[in-house]
Amino acid sequence: MSNPNINWVAIDTNPKFQALHRKKIFFLWGLMVFSLIYYFLLPIGAAYYQDLFKIKVWGVVNVGILFALSEFIVAWTIAFVYSKKANAEFDAMAQEIINDFKAGA
Amino acid sequence: MKSMLNKLVLSAAALSISGSAFAAGAVADEFKWMTFAVFGAIIAVTMGITYWAARTTHTTSEFYAAGRSVSGIQNGWAIAGDYLSAASFLGIAGLISLYGYDGFMYSVGWLVAYITVLLVIAEPCRNIGKYTMGDILAFRNDPKKTKTVAALSTITVSTFYLTAQMVGGGVLIKTLIGIEYETSIIGVGILMLAYVVFGGMKATTWVQITKAVLLVIASLILVFLVWMPYGFSLPAYLQAVVGDDKVIAQVTKLLGDASVGMTKEELGQRFLEPGLFLKSPIDQISLGMALVLGTAGMPHILMRFFTVPTAQAARTSVIWAMGIIGGFYVLTLFLGTGAAMLVGSAKIASVDAGGNMAGPLLAQFLGGGENSLMGNFMLAFVAAVAFATIVAVVAGLVLAAASAMAHDIYVGVIRGDHATPKEQVVAARVASVIVGIIAITVGILAKGQNVAHLVALAFAVAASSNLPAVFLTLYWKKCNTTGVIAGMVVGALTAIGLVMISPNLTYPKAVIAGANKVLNGEPAIPAKEAQPAKPASSFICELFAMNGCVPSSPAKVASAEKPAKPGAAEKLAGLNAKLQPLEASLPTLTDPVALKAAQDDIAKVKKDIAATEKAKAKAEADLKTFEGQTTSIMGLEKPFFLLKNPGLISIPLGFLMVILGSLFTRDKRAEEMWDELYVRQNTGINAEAATAH
Repeated sequence: MSNPNINWVAIDTNPKFQALHRKKIFFLWGLMVFSLIYYFLLPIGAAYYQDLFKIKVWGVVNVGILFALSEFIVAWTIAFVYSKKANAEFDAMAQEIINDFKAGA
Repeated sequence: MKSMLNKLVLSAAALSISGSAFAAGAVADEFKWMTFAVFGAIIAVTMGITYWAARTTHTTSEFYAAGRSVSGIQNGWAIAGDYLSAASFLGIAGLISLYGYDGFMYSVGWLVAYITVLLVIAEPCRNIGKYTMGDILAFRNDPKKTKTVAALSTITVSTFYLTAQMVGGGVLIKTLIGIEYETSIIGVGILMLAYVVFGGMKATTWVQITKAVLLVIASLILVFLVWMPYGFSLPAYLQAVVGDDKVIAQVTKLLGDASVGMTKEELGQRFLEPGLFLKSPIDQISLGMALVLGTAGMPHILMRFFTVPTAQAARTSVIWAMGIIGGFYVLTLFLGTGAAMLVGSAKIASVDAGGNMAGPLLAQFLGGGENSLMGNFMLAFVAAVAFATIVAVVAGLVLAAASAMAHDIYVGVIRGDHATPKEQVVAARVASVIVGIIAITVGILAKGQNVAHLVALAFAVAASSNLPAVFLTLYWKKCNTTGVIAGMVVGALTAIGLVMISPNLTYPKAVIAGANKVLNGEPAIPAKEAQPAKPASSFICELFAMNGCVPSSPAKVASAEKPAKPGAAEKLAGLNAKLQPLEASLPTLTDPVALKAAQDDIAKVKKDIAATEKAKAKAEADLKTFEGQTTSIMGLEKPFFLLKNPGLISIPLGFLMVILGSLFTRDKRAEEMWDELYVRQNTGINAEAATAH
């Protein structure tokens, strides 16, 4: 599985790769933590803040229903934001590293 | 074993003598031909797909990963087809139809799970992996050891999930069209084996895509019909739902004493408020953890990312899957509430206590009702989609388990990665047949068993065992073989152990007490004063039933004195006594209005008699089944672990064990391989390439 012809350490220590690594880690963890907090707010709210969830805001539509629907919107938004960022930025940075590697090899 | 064989032979015989195999189902006999026509059409299409796929399935890469030629969008549909099992497609609509808001809330976690898949699992796995989860773990860690553990975990998770699908599917097909349980299990098994053995991943993928498309079409049509009369306005539609008498009656029934003094408007509105079904927030958080982390550790979901050509395509496929899966759950809000309003929760629960028939019954109603051609065509269509669902999900699971058996254990461990390409494909096909036969056997043996806990268990094991190992292998430099093995073994055993002592199992004492209540009646209950909610005496007491623990109790409203309830026999005698004078009075009635009223009364009493007789028969059967038993199969009289979902404890424990095991041991290979793994997962250099066709 391992390919002895490739100097992986050299790529890993390449400043371009390190920059990609830092950007990705920061961005992914940010999104991940946000999505987890937002998700667990739903069962917590439904259990401990029922009075809030019962407030009617749009006809019979209450805060609870809007919050549950917002979970879908937030999940889709996170997916959209990540794919935009990855398509525009991460892929290009990775491609540059691959090009450097091919030029060097 | 002999009785098992007998059963197999009998069921096979039942398949050929079709007439005798059909008992009553939701579809009336006169319309059954239509259901079979739709079923036949779906089977024909999927067989066509399999024939086409089989012509290009020769190598291992083609068998396990469809030659890595599935596009991102196709894979997104296939993931949705793989994931929207009968439990989520019929089950969530059913929960919403019976419990309103809580059912909808339950669906959210199933979508959020894909954020974990998207952000941390899909792309690295595509870049690193070959065919199985074992390949990912073996990249840095000791290949033989980790492949063995990964394969065992994969087979365990798949078998739990598979059993739940097979049993659920058998019951479902029987409820819908009345085909005998064993016959449907064997039918599903043979069909699924045909897809997997001949068409491999390519056929499985396209069967899943076909099923997902059918499911979305069916749901869109139903939601269109339900929502259209209200001009597609959300408040106007929900206003109609909460104003409906059947919905109000259901809420009143669920609330019991608490409904006293509430206005009709408040009762209806309660359907859209939390708390009718999910009572324990800690249990829900535990379930949430298992879903959000478990989906990313499901072997059949992981496997789907090896079918696309690049990491970018893996990303696209999760985005599409999230769109389809999330959109589908939003539609179930309408399917569930629509069924509650139009069909009525009482009727739904009378066909299937879990509410699984909400969607099919709604389809029948919207098409024109029980005796209409269109109503039964719609029901047949939804039933056929349900059937396709079971087959598609089961095929994906069998492929995942078979790949672990053939690729990880046989080729990786036993043959030390030295099998010829031809041997590998043969091994894959043989393993599929073995897993398929196991699935059919377990499905038949588990007839009538309580399998609800198996889905929760599959997710919990995936989240506590697979995910910590895969995640830390991919992202933590110090992670090594000892850690991975310790985490996977402890995580899986903890999850399984906790479920075995949880309320998910059947406890004979409770069943016997319930049955006795039905047969012998209940004594009068004196009036009770209102009580505020009480927390458990300590947090650990929320989780375990330990000595000296005071369990938590929800707030209770004051209740009036309740009269004694009669036993079933007494109740039947009373109803029959009521029926006789009513029937005797019929010939004497001349006034058409009075005659109609009397006839309605008779119909109502007869319905009550039928329901009481059904309850009595069930109670008697329960008493017979559990006669002399006092403990669950684990030897407990009542659950010791109080949550239905073990994730809260087993997931952190799984992570902790990987971390501790890695910190306390040194593994030179794991450290040396880190640079390669990390560079490859981020850049895709040297990733498994697509095979050209």
